[in-house]
Amino acid sequence: MDNQYTVQDKTSWPLWEVFIRSKQGLDHKHVGSLHAADAAMAIENARDVYTRRMEGVSIWVVESRHIHASNPDEAASLYDPANDKVYRHPTFYDLPDELKHM
Amino acid sequence: MSTFVQITVLMSSAIETGFQEKIDQDIRIEPRDWMPEAYRKTLIRQISQHAHSEIVGMLPEANWITRAPTLKRKATLIAKVQDEAGHGLYLYSSAETLGVSREEMIDQLHQGKAKYSSIFNYPTLTWADMGAIGWLVDGAAIMNQVPLCRASYGPYARAMVRICREESFHQRQGFEILLVLSKGNEAQRRMCQDAIDRWWWPSVMMFGPNDDASPHTAQSMRWKIKRFTNDELRQRFVDVCAGQVKLLGMHLPDPDLVWNEARQHYDFGPIDWNEFREVINGNGPCNKERLAARVKAHADGAWVREAALAHAQKNSIREKAA
Repeated sequence: MDNQYTVQDKTSWPLWEVFIRSKQGLDHKHVGSLHAADAAMAIENARDVYTRRMEGVSIWVVESRHIHASNPDEAASLYDPANDKVYRHPTFYDLPDELKHM
Repeated sequence: MSTFVQITVLMSSAIETGFQEKIDQDIRIEPRDWMPEAYRKTLIRQISQHAHSEIVGMLPEANWITRAPTLKRKATLIAKVQDEAGHGLYLYSSAETLGVSREEMIDQLHQGKAKYSSIFNYPTLTWADMGAIGWLVDGAAIMNQVPLCRASYGPYARAMVRICREESFHQRQGFEILLVLSKGNEAQRRMCQDAIDRWWWPSVMMFGPNDDASPHTAQSMRWKIKRFTNDELRQRFVDVCAGQVKLLGMHLPDPDLVWNEARQHYDFGPIDWNEFREVINGNGPCNKERLAARVKAHADGAWVREAALAHAQKNSIREKAA
């Protein structure tokens, strides 16, 4: 989520994060954000702003304030434990070249 | 200096060194990452100025929507102006991730505190201006923007990727307008050359002051929120256009424009920086008109924004009650 700093005053429209599925079979991906009064308007605006050239077949919008994000300062302690677990990768296992289809 | 202050200074300079190391390794900076205040401020200024330029930039072209010569040209122009609105929005959104609100940025524009590209303070007098803007103004913008797709700040770079993808159509449709006029009758060819004559120098100025008069360039390049200097980009633009204008059978209004074999670049004449400063400082042909149009549009839309919000609030109360 990109917009955690934004403070809304009472007369401005809330901020929404937009996620778009570019084609059937792919995940929705974060593309950006916009302001809208409600979810219906957020979807309409997202269509006009982020899919003017067939970039999507499906749109998700979620109000930015509902997104919780991990803290980048804790990235080291959060992701480091994965570094020493090389046995989770297929290349860790020593197998003869003659072994096929694996 | 007390020991405490010394330690604090050492620590903050260590964080700053770490930040610059990330930039040097081409690791993108994301919104929640630590960044120097000056980096944040410079980005907010650069991105919001760019956003304002997109929004104000809709005005000179909107001027011709009702008078476009064919339905095809009208549809194209509407699509292009809609793109500019979208580009403004991508950029405002990315500036918002730096802690500035949309309202603040729009207020700064409307109060004349924020700048936007000087080019949009020139009038669009003929249909050929739509061609010249697409070819030259969007061409200069693309020259500026393509390197920014690799800017160090993630949300900015991602917005620029999307913008650049869309700008290419703008430039091509502009060149096509001029190409058609250049093959037309005498009056049409004159109109084509006249538009090039009026838009050339303001487009060359779009790259900003010469490098020796651009004090922030060095720091912005260290931070990779600028990848080439103003003069480097300007030279590239002149070189490209000097070739392209030949396809139109027209010429650029610069008697000093000549290929320099030793430099492998075109030499070009002096830029009227006085005019540039005047336009930047609010005294261009259309500064007042442009700003007034923006302020009016915003004020006229106030009831719509309020009504939409009231409608949304009423609906949400109803939903909760149901």
